[in-house]
Amino acid sequence: MTKPATDTTSATMENNAREVGSTPERHVPNLTPEFRRDAPKGATTEAIDLSKETPCFQLNALNLHYGSNHALCDVSMMIPHKRITAFIGPSGCGKSSLLRCLNRMNDLIDIAQISGEILLDGQDIYSKNVDVPELRRRIGMVFQKPNPFPKSIYENVAYGLRIQGVRRKSVIDETVERSLRHAALWDEVKDRLKSPAMELSGGQQQRLVIARAIAIEPEVILLDEPCSALDPIATAKVEELMMQLKENYTLVIVTHNMQQAARVGDYCAFMYMGELIEYDTAEVMFQKPSKKQTEDYITGRFG
Amino acid sequence: MLKQWYKSGSPYIWLNAGAIAISMIMVVGLIGLIAVRGLSHFWPAAVIETTYTVPDEEPVRLLGTVRRSETVTATVVREAGFYVPEDQMIVTRHLLQLGNRDITSRDFAWYIGDHMGEWTYPENALVLERMTWGNFYGYLEAILEDGEVVAEGEAAWDELYERVARAVDLRQQILQIERYDIGGIAYQQEQIRLAQRRLELRGEDTPEAMAELEEQHAALQEEYEELDLHRNDLRRQMDRDSVRAETAEGRTVTIAMSDIVRAARPNVMSFGEKIGHYVDSFKEFVFDYPREANTEGGIFPAIFGTVLMVIVMSIIVTPVGVLAAIYLREYARQGPFTRLIRICVNNLAGVPSIVFGVFGLGFFVYFLGGAIDDQFFQAAQPAPTFGRPGLFWASLTLALLTLPVVIVATEEGLSRIPKSVREGSLALGATKAETIWRTVVPMAAPAMMTGLILAVARAAGEVAPLMLVGVVKLAPNLPMDGNFPYLHLDRSFMHLGFHIYDVGFQSPNVEAARPLVYATALTLVLIIIVLNLTAIAIRNRLREKFKSDSD
Ligand SMILES: Nc1ncnc2c1ncn2[C@@H]1O[C@H](COP(=O)(O)OP(=O)(O)OP(=O)(O)O)[C@@H](O)[C@H]1O
Ligand SMILES: [Mg+2]
Repeated sequence: MTKPATDTTSATMENNAREVGSTPERHVPNLTPEFRRDAPKGATTEAIDLSKETPCFQLNALNLHYGSNHALCDVSMMIPHKRITAFIGPSGCGKSSLLRCLNRMNDLIDIAQISGEILLDGQDIYSKNVDVPELRRRIGMVFQKPNPFPKSIYENVAYGLRIQGVRRKSVIDETVERSLRHAALWDEVKDRLKSPAMELSGGQQQRLVIARAIAIEPEVILLDEPCSALDPIATAKVEELMMQLKENYTLVIVTHNMQQAARVGDYCAFMYMGELIEYDTAEVMFQKPSKKQTEDYITGRFG
Repeated sequence: MLKQWYKSGSPYIWLNAGAIAISMIMVVGLIGLIAVRGLSHFWPAAVIETTYTVPDEEPVRLLGTVRRSETVTATVVREAGFYVPEDQMIVTRHLLQLGNRDITSRDFAWYIGDHMGEWTYPENALVLERMTWGNFYGYLEAILEDGEVVAEGEAAWDELYERVARAVDLRQQILQIERYDIGGIAYQQEQIRLAQRRLELRGEDTPEAMAELEEQHAALQEEYEELDLHRNDLRRQMDRDSVRAETAEGRTVTIAMSDIVRAARPNVMSFGEKIGHYVDSFKEFVFDYPREANTEGGIFPAIFGTVLMVIVMSIIVTPVGVLAAIYLREYARQGPFTRLIRICVNNLAGVPSIVFGVFGLGFFVYFLGGAIDDQFFQAAQPAPTFGRPGLFWASLTLALLTLPVVIVATEEGLSRIPKSVREGSLALGATKAETIWRTVVPMAAPAMMTGLILAVARAAGEVAPLMLVGVVKLAPNLPMDGNFPYLHLDRSFMHLGFHIYDVGFQSPNVEAARPLVYATALTLVLIIIVLNLTAIAIRNRLREKFKSDSD
């Protein structure tokens, strides 16, 4: 299954057209998933095929301009449900920008102009009647730079719940602990939950914002270089977390670490200068990429 | 070599250090000058006695305290009408406080040092602070009770202190009765009159209702008469004693004890006694009501009015300024219109404060206040309630005056909140409003406090607009008392800044008032410092709480 990239996109577009036409009642997302730590990893070992996936996001001819800077050019792709899709590409190629389009974070940038279409479960997320805060609650995001709130560690993780109006202390306590455990941070902070989050180290902050994002149990989690400041052990823990989350959530990650993309990614997309160059299963991308650019980048002969 | 020094950056360090040193010297010097001039006033200074002999004139005996001494050229003194020998070029002159304004009508006067005889410090020199006519200077002769001498000579001094204390105690009781009891009754009677008038206006003035109110009024009247009797009794007790003393000119005078506030024998008092006297005078200054057209007594109503006004102003300006800034920075679409608003706000800060006073008087007092009176206080008309200058309007005017400071500081604070924090909140599904109220505003709170600190400093020192919208020379009542509704925002009030102006420039007796001006100024500065320190302490606590990378 070594189709050229252009074929992939056209194929997914057909796929999408089918989906839009079909009944929209698929995928009632499980809002109260249980994190099964002992989940069998067998799921990933099955042969996977993009054309057989159920789409989560469907991007059609997406263009993004920051003023006169054309940051994303005609990106069309399908991001499958309950899989990990990894984005790779050189710095400044538009990976973060693409991620920010997926939960409408670019709305906040006045000069950002977007055209094309992004469908989430068949619904256009840029249509007028979308409840943006609700959309962002469903699509969690971990930013490239850790951005904890200047509050206590506990309050950082509890923030999303409080926004949703959860008052019960027992519920919040439990969620905070569970989220911190999943983000491999609990042991380090369990004795100082009330101390300011700003006093954590960069890597701890990175895990804290992951915990904060998963505390509200979104359907999709966008992770922008979640391991950039982590040591190998913490990285391994976060990767393990991602493998677990995949059971119930759709994950989209950006990473500069090829091994990581190969290890955790089911699918991998290579971007260059705002364009989607190649998009396929991670296996194909890292073993026999069809584009020379991709191969050069992956093997480090880039530039 | 020089270039090396230049490059090392030390010239800039020296420049900065120099600028700070100059600022420090100015601040410390200013406060030091005010403090020395103001605080020395309460010290019981030695009383000198001397003979003053102008050539070709009868020698006179002087008794008083030296308030100031200076050396000037002879011409200046000659122009002032003093005799100085032709060949003399410079002259030393002394300002003596002689007191006894009721007898000699010149309680302060300059005397040429060369004409003075030897200075002596007589032991029986007496200084009396009086309710009227300022200080008395003389020699104690005797203490009288009901016109009979009870003590003379040295024994008279102990008797004097004791009986002054008794009189002061009685006066306190009388004041208590007048200010609180009788004042309260008058207030309640006025309320009854207003209630009657209200009934009349509504056409509900049935004879029964009116009679009931009339009855209440009569009961209060009875209470008043009882208090009046009691008061007169106290007055009589106070009038029992008197002091006989001789003035420097040799006249014997009798001063009623009821007229005496404090007695001192400065030339004999020990250091400890002087300290006691000092503390006593200082306490009176801070906690008592003014006397003698504000030139004597305390400044308590002015302190109270200043602080209360600043507090009311803060309560008004903070929410308004903060909300305006949040709207401008977070919600309004940035463009020419918001820029125009910002320019207007900044210009507002540059408008002379008296203009705010005029606006406050025209718009708040006459227009708004008049409308409020027409709506809610018809019974009191034609006397205005809110339609005249008062505490609320003064606070509102100052709130308007300090609004730009709060808006600018808050906007500054909001703009410094990193975008990433907002994004973090929004990404968790928070709406814009939730993000602002839960994250942005708490983080900007220290900046808001900074704005408030600046506003308080500006408001506490402002005088000009207040003269138009509520500050008076002498307010009969404090804006807060024991009568419902306790806080009377419609009342006019006294203010330290205006008090300084009034005492310093409007007083008939400039020399007597001068130390009070310094002492009042010092109080004002101290109050501003205390208000600021409080706000700064709150701000630091907030900063600690919302410590973020941006700080
Ligand atoms: N807020 C913004 N305003 C203007 N231009 C922006 C903004 N954010 C990103 N860009 C531009 O968009 C392009 C893509 O940026 P983006 O952050 O998506 O890159 P990236 O692939 O995430 O790079 P990196 O790996 O370094 O994070 C860059 O040219 C960048 O200058
Ligand atoms: Mg990026």
